Amino acid sequence: MRKVFKALAKPFTETAGLARWMLVIGIVITAVFVICAIFAPLLAPYGFDQTSADGVQFVKREAPSGDHVFGTDRLLFDVLSRTIWGARTAIEVVVLSIVICVFVGVPMGLISGYYGGWLDRILLLIMDALFAFPSFLLAIVFAFLLTNKLPSGGFSGVLAVSLSLSVIYVPQYYRVVRNTTVSAKEATYVEAARAIGASDFVIMRRYLFGNVVQSVPVIGTLNAADAILTLAGLGFLGLGIQSTEAAEWGHDLNRALADAGSGIWWTGLYPGLAIVLLVTGLTLVGEGLNETINPTLRRRRLLPVVMTPREGDR
Amino acid sequence: MPTKPEATPTTTGTGPIIDVRDLAVHFGLRGSSLARLFGRDAGTVKAVDGVNLTLARGEVVGLVGESGSGKSTLGRALLGLAPATAGSIVFEGQDLATLSRRRLRDLRRHIQMVFQDPSAALNPAMTVEEAVGDALRVHGMRSAEERRVKVIDALERVGLSPVELFLEKYPRDLSGGQKQRVVMARAIITGPSVLVADEPISMLDMSVRAKILQLMLDLKQDLGLTYVYITHDLASAKYFCDRIAIMYLGRIVEIGATEEIFANPRHPYTKALLRAIPDPDPGRQLPRDLPRGEVPDAAAPPLGCAFHPRCKEATPTCGWESRDLRTLVEAHWTRRSPDEYGAERAVVGDIDHFDKPATSTTLGAQGAPAAREFLDRVRIEAPDDPIWGGIESITDDGSGVRVHFHEGIDPALRRAGGVEVACVLYPETSTEG
Repeated sequence: MRKVFKALAKPFTETAGLARWMLVIGIVITAVFVICAIFAPLLAPYGFDQTSADGVQFVKREAPSGDHVFGTDRLLFDVLSRTIWGARTAIEVVVLSIVICVFVGVPMGLISGYYGGWLDRILLLIMDALFAFPSFLLAIVFAFLLTNKLPSGGFSGVLAVSLSLSVIYVPQYYRVVRNTTVSAKEATYVEAARAIGASDFVIMRRYLFGNVVQSVPVIGTLNAADAILTLAGLGFLGLGIQSTEAAEWGHDLNRALADAGSGIWWTGLYPGLAIVLLVTGLTLVGEGLNETINPTLRRRRLLPVVMTPREGDR
Repeated sequence: MPTKPEATPTTTGTGPIIDVRDLAVHFGLRGSSLARLFGRDAGTVKAVDGVNLTLARGEVVGLVGESGSGKSTLGRALLGLAPATAGSIVFEGQDLATLSRRRLRDLRRHIQMVFQDPSAALNPAMTVEEAVGDALRVHGMRSAEERRVKVIDALERVGLSPVELFLEKYPRDLSGGQKQRVVMARAIITGPSVLVADEPISMLDMSVRAKILQLMLDLKQDLGLTYVYITHDLASAKYFCDRIAIMYLGRIVEIGATEEIFANPRHPYTKALLRAIPDPDPGRQLPRDLPRGEVPDAAAPPLGCAFHPRCKEATPTCGWESRDLRTLVEAHWTRRSPDEYGAERAVVGDIDHFDKPATSTTLGAQGAPAAREFLDRVRIEAPDDPIWGGIESITDDGSGVRVHFHEGIDPALRRAGGVEVACVLYPETSTEG
């Protein structure tokens, strides 16, 4: 227990100055959104697709007021509620897509780097092709292909978007893990593991895995920021999640586009602000973690030693 | 699955435990990407080339040689870590060279290895307990408690006590000597009968070396181990080994009892190695005539005896060839002024074809007399070079001369006195000693 706590506190105890502040601010911002996501039903005054309360229909495009702190949009939705519910969608999609990436990219990189040969060549070729493709275009194509293929239900939109985001990011995990595996497998301790009779699976699982996944958290958080933007972009184009399925900031921005010309600022401002804030928060966490974990950037905190004055030494 | 033999007394003898016959380990070289595209072979490195070695139960055999002599590869081949290209390694009636990977893995509990660099040989992400216990885990011991008991026992054996202090430590928290003890604990925990130690002390501090060697001797005594001790350090081999095999370019050139090798070295390479041992006595002046040059390229070893280009005692039939002539000519040129070099270069012409090993090669671009005159000049400068004995004849050929060398003899290991030597100086019929 204490070990886990110590490991979690490591980014704080081992950073100094700017890196530490980046990490702290980033975590605070991200935490706010995570809390919004988890407790959305409690925090949001209305449901994300609620258009009336107590039998009274909301007013269309109502300016911010007591009942609707952030106002309402042209579909009668409450903007504050949709912004809070949007955090839930965003976090769901990001977490799901990163989990998929890690579960696909890391084992694939390990196997490819460890065995090498033609398997490595083919996987590298595929991954490089995916990597070379304009990522947003790729996401659009996959979102388009997947939207109606998955079994319908409340979660299918989120799953479809998560999958199409994973396709973009898997090559990064694969590449990083594969390259570190290629160099790590030459280490003597891998040969030593073979000498004690370990099988290939055991070597990958117990000897290589722990030594090659260290940069994955950094890629994960940096990708998370990018994923928020891509998700919003897909929503803005009307792909992926529909507004009756879940609240999605990008989709709300699309609808707010028409309002902007007529001086209705509240429908666009709040979802946009949410996107900017969450992306900033995740980027700060990622950069902060990078400085902690990446030894070439890390600068350890040096504490000044204060000697207690000796007795009678005046 | 053969069971581990009972620990035998450490006295040498009672039959071989490992019998290596004509073992060869060749590695294919990767050529340029273009050559690979056309499926052209870039050649092979003969890391181990026809080695015969018998390990008696309970003895310590030293494999000694310079870097690139194939001693480490031979050691790794004994565990099946380097695949045998040809030959056999018989351990307990099973040929390791033909076993499946799965059976080989099972067998590795009986043959273990200690590595040169203890810092690299331990997984940085594993504690001492995990690292040592993993040897048991991969051989199917599931219970963590059972493993712990065994790990504690092994750590105590290698002198890491109090054990509790070390169990939770990571390799980075330990000193070099302690790490090497952990590596040894991992090696002995499966109850092996053979331990291959690949330069186990060369990365350690001087102060720790003797302790680790003593520990290895104690372990041998207690557990009835048989050691293969790989080193480039003859001094430690003298202290540690019952028998020593001197390796050069993938072959054993001399093998015999340690005392005999030290008292009466026969192969010129062994003599050179013995002369290279530093002597702390300032009053004693030993000739420091170490072998010239470097270990040759193992991908294209010299013809005949592989040691002949560096050998002081080389004979005309040691396998002289065009590449030796190139070395000689280039050494000559390093001592010429730029003008002289330019003139001689014009006489000699292109010498790049010397790189293709041949017992007969052409030299000269401006007629035979000039080429002969050039060779005479080289000879006057280095009259003692054994290569001159290797030249059978020089005939006129086109714009220069053709140099014919004697056909080389590739010497096999032969009995000579108390040892076996691979050198033409010790022919088959030798009955001395």
